[in-house]
Amino acid sequence: MSSGENVLSPEYKKALENLLFQLADDDFLISFRGSEWLGLAPHIEEDVASSSISQDTMGHAAMFYTLLEDLGAGKADDLAHLREAQDRRNSVLAERVNGEGYYMETPKYDWAYAVVRNFFYTQAKKVKMDSLRQSNYKPLAETAVKVNMELYYHLLHWKTWFIQLLNSTEEAKRRMNEAIELVMKDFGDVFSYGDEKTAIDQSGLIASEDQLKEEWKSNMALPFECVAMKVPDLPEASAKNGRNGDHTEELASALTTLSEVYRLDPAAAW
Amino acid sequence: MGVKDPEIDTVSIIDLGMVEKVNVEGNNVNVVLLPTFLGCPALEIIKKNTVNAVKRLPSVGEVEVEFVFHPPWTSERITEEGHKGLRAFGIAPPPQHFEEDGSWHVDCPYCDSTYVTMENIFGPTACRSILYCKSCKNPFEAMKPVSTIM
Repeated sequence: MSSGENVLSPEYKKALENLLFQLADDDFLISFRGSEWLGLAPHIEEDVASSSISQDTMGHAAMFYTLLEDLGAGKADDLAHLREAQDRRNSVLAERVNGEGYYMETPKYDWAYAVVRNFFYTQAKKVKMDSLRQSNYKPLAETAVKVNMELYYHLLHWKTWFIQLLNSTEEAKRRMNEAIELVMKDFGDVFSYGDEKTAIDQSGLIASEDQLKEEWKSNMALPFECVAMKVPDLPEASAKNGRNGDHTEELASALTTLSEVYRLDPAAAW
Repeated sequence: MGVKDPEIDTVSIIDLGMVEKVNVEGNNVNVVLLPTFLGCPALEIIKKNTVNAVKRLPSVGEVEVEFVFHPPWTSERITEEGHKGLRAFGIAPPPQHFEEDGSWHVDCPYCDSTYVTMENIFGPTACRSILYCKSCKNPFEAMKPVSTIM
């Protein structure tokens, strides 16, 4: 797995680790948010489907954390559970709450937001995986091939919801449009490499931010055509850039919840 | 080897196409496995069962089982015997090919009817979908096809 590990230059290794933290933290947080929907999805088949997608996505996060472990960054489980908010490199979009309320009390989660966030995010992940399949770091390229096969079904799922809801009732359209606006506000750092931009661009690990954005836009053209809408403009990375460790309060509370059991006894065998 | 998928006990991991390589050096055995789906919680159980099964063999020393991603596991790796085992469990084996639009079709594992509908691409485990046979009126599952062309 870690072939060639000894010959990585310090600059290359740093860029690689940063990219892996971005990929791992993105999938980890969005699958945590997905898991909060368990039992609350619009119908039982959707509960099965979206929890299955969250499980796959958590598996992808585990793979990226394992690649980091292979590079000597620490134990995969520790990397997932024990890092503080300011050390996280996920995009702000992935950490956002699902809506008002808490699933243990009276959650008023927004399904339109779930559909739009997941569809836009999954398409972004897809263009990254397509690029990573040609990555010059072989273990990452091989992981991307594997992730990509599962992503096919995730993308199909969210795209179907997206098109159906936007071709549905007036209320559905209104709520979907509100969700698109909300998601787009947080989309600026999804394709950002943050302060590591130059290092990652020079590494040959993955395509540039701009290339990925173009790919995303061209892949979105058809689904948006199906709902007679224009693909929204992608915002520039805002001041609050998750790739640099700038996050919302929503991340801190997510981390407290998701790592509660692990922190009780990190040495326990599961 | 008698190691089965813990969730489908009629199919061995060999027939699922999960065993990529077995290396033997002296008395020590190293087994290389391919995971089906990355988030599959059965992987650790399969690993443990494989270690135990190999250890039970006569004159075996150290046993190591590892998962690798290259080559990627695809549903084409399931053997003919594996297809039979899946059907015996009420699971349609994965289709051999995709339609041009990326969709796929399987027949009912109980009555072989082609008159079936897809209820949910996602099922009780990551690798399965839920379908319904309009002929014999049985719900059934199918192994999702996965391929590198997707």
